[in-house]
Amino acid sequence: MENFLQQLINGVTLGAIYGLIAIGYTMVFGIIGMVNFAHGDVFMLSAFIALIIFLAITQFFGVTSLGLAFLIVLICAMALTALWNWAIERVAYRPLRGSFRLAPLISAIGMSIFLANFVQVVQGPRNKPLPPMFTDVIHVTSGGEFDVTLSYKQILIVGVTGVLLLAFWFLVQKTALGRAQRACEQDRTMAALLGVNVDSTISLTFVIGAALAAVAGTLYMMYYGVVNFSDGFTPGVKAFTAAVLGGIGSLPGAVIGGLLIGLIETFWSAYFSSDYKDVAAFSILAITLIFMPSGLLGRPEVEKV
Amino acid sequence: MRAQTSILSALRESAFASLVAAGLAFPILALGTEMDQSNRLVLEQRWSWMLIAAGLVFVGRFLVLILAQGRVAAAPVPARIWPPFVARVLPSAGVVALFLFPLVMLFWLGPQGSLKWINNYGVQILIYVMLGWGLNIVVGLAGLLDLGYVAFYAVGAYSYALLSTQFGLSFWICLPLAGLFAAAWGAMLGFPVLRLRGDYLAIVTLAFGEIVSAVLTNWTDFSNGKAGIMSIPRVTFFGLPFTASENGFAATFGLEFQAIHRTIFLFYLILVLALITHVVTLRLRRLPVGRAWEALREDEIACRSLGINTVNTKLTAFALGAMFAGFAGSFFAVRQGFVNPDSFTFMESATILAIVVLGGMGSQLGVALAAVVMVGGTEVLRELTFLKEIFGSSFDPSLYRMLLFGLAMVLMMIWRPRGLISSREPSVFLAQRKNVSGTHVQEGHG
Repeated sequence: MENFLQQLINGVTLGAIYGLIAIGYTMVFGIIGMVNFAHGDVFMLSAFIALIIFLAITQFFGVTSLGLAFLIVLICAMALTALWNWAIERVAYRPLRGSFRLAPLISAIGMSIFLANFVQVVQGPRNKPLPPMFTDVIHVTSGGEFDVTLSYKQILIVGVTGVLLLAFWFLVQKTALGRAQRACEQDRTMAALLGVNVDSTISLTFVIGAALAAVAGTLYMMYYGVVNFSDGFTPGVKAFTAAVLGGIGSLPGAVIGGLLIGLIETFWSAYFSSDYKDVAAFSILAITLIFMPSGLLGRPEVEKV
Repeated sequence: MRAQTSILSALRESAFASLVAAGLAFPILALGTEMDQSNRLVLEQRWSWMLIAAGLVFVGRFLVLILAQGRVAAAPVPARIWPPFVARVLPSAGVVALFLFPLVMLFWLGPQGSLKWINNYGVQILIYVMLGWGLNIVVGLAGLLDLGYVAFYAVGAYSYALLSTQFGLSFWICLPLAGLFAAAWGAMLGFPVLRLRGDYLAIVTLAFGEIVSAVLTNWTDFSNGKAGIMSIPRVTFFGLPFTASENGFAATFGLEFQAIHRTIFLFYLILVLALITHVVTLRLRRLPVGRAWEALREDEIACRSLGINTVNTKLTAFALGAMFAGFAGSFFAVRQGFVNPDSFTFMESATILAIVVLGGMGSQLGVALAAVVMVGGTEVLRELTFLKEIFGSSFDPSLYRMLLFGLAMVLMMIWRPRGLISSREPSVFLAQRKNVSGTHVQEGHG
């Protein structure tokens, strides 16, 4: 029982991070029908940016309040990662609209390789550890086999994710920008005819996706206390799995898929074998795509000729 | 007057681009994270890097804009660059040159000096040429983007490694077996993905590749895990070992024993394997199945409506591509004498894919040239020691290899999506254009 509760807490925390990344995949797929293979590496890049900003404000400016530092890091990482993804879309994906079917995917794979190796070259191949932050824990139960703990970090992660998802939901559902975005998703030509600037809407989709990935990156950096240039690939594929499982193109689906993948991964490691936890995630990806390509909440796709 | 304003606007746009570049470079380039003595992370300031990046982007963007202005719509490049005689002779001349290459090197540089050229350049490049041609069947001809190709390479390598160390089978028996196993795996993994559309198929093959490599890493009883399989028997000259012993290769043919003999034999082995891949591909392209591949690449729905069996067509492409990867894998195992899962990561798949993409999907010559440029280029980068003097001793040029690969893939998709050698002519076409009479088509001539 204790074990189950503890794994549930850990799984939801991990799932929140996956859900944030998955939104980036699902939004881009919804609007231009492209698997943004580089999104996992954008996430890794954002974790590095967060790390550097954190070191800069604590070492150069001597900010000592951890809460304030975290807030500054979060905002800077969101802004800078958004700029990166905006530039990536401009350079690597926009010229390929109307090229052959697989061109954007190949370009995204190239971009993914480029980003991972770029970070390796400029920041070095070694793990970058940070001293632990927000180390306090709350004892949920005590007196059993072991105490079930809920750390402040985990509360922070789930809390920040929840608040940002609400803000994001408001943005997509209630603002003019969100309306334009949903219109482009349904029919790009028609939206353009009705005066929606499709190019800038697509750019904004990338910017929003990157900002959410940057939140995930900052939280990831803080939660695990270590980042590496190769950290983009596996979380990226898992978040893509989450997006597919929830139904690609569906925003609530991405969050639900993220939570499911986080829970499956944690429980799989706890009860079966941690060696094969990646195999579990990759198998879910393959099985979902083969047997249930529209996922839990997605619309079935009809190919028109 | 007009030229002036266009230069001004180009300047303005370049300034904007370099501003963006400075923003991108600000945290990640300008501040480096380093460990100090007490293992704490500290920041190292290097603002000059950021300025250099911004400057390079400014110059690059400006040049692109200015050069793009001067160009009117370029005339279509003729498909054949060489006169017909050269085009006919060139392939055979190339093959003859390849067969002479190790001998020339041996006489020119001696056994010690030529080892590097035959091994690092010759064998290494030819492995990737073969892998590239194998993947070209799947990606270039059938148009199925396979991101897990390295899984079949691993199947081939582990087939030979396990069969030879556990059952004592010789390389010449294992080689066809490895190809068969890999082909079986190709068909098996190909089967579930048949219904998927292009990008989903790519992601599922990626997942399969990762699963294979995770199983090889974690199933220690089967594959000995990360430690890998050691002391795999080396290649023999059809039974004669390359050793100094009395029944060795050198003694039998009355030669002085030299270690280079084995390397030269490996060179010819991979050359023959690669040529087999090439010839099989060329012949298959003229058969119905090859034509079906190319038709499938262009339009799957049209294929189906014309009665092409897409299931068989896709499966044969997967199985054949996998088979050549299996051959290459067992060659890899016999060359290294050691295999472990680190050789079969996603980066390896990405490298092979990059070779196919850069060479031009579907073009045999292009893939071979891309392999020479990329793999040979890596070796050249490794040897450019003078770069160390410019950029400092910690500069490791081989780190930039994948960085350049990735960048090249993006640029290629933008500028030449058909690849360097972009001759994607159909293999079979009418020798003469025929005008169909007006009764058969609705408007104009068909």
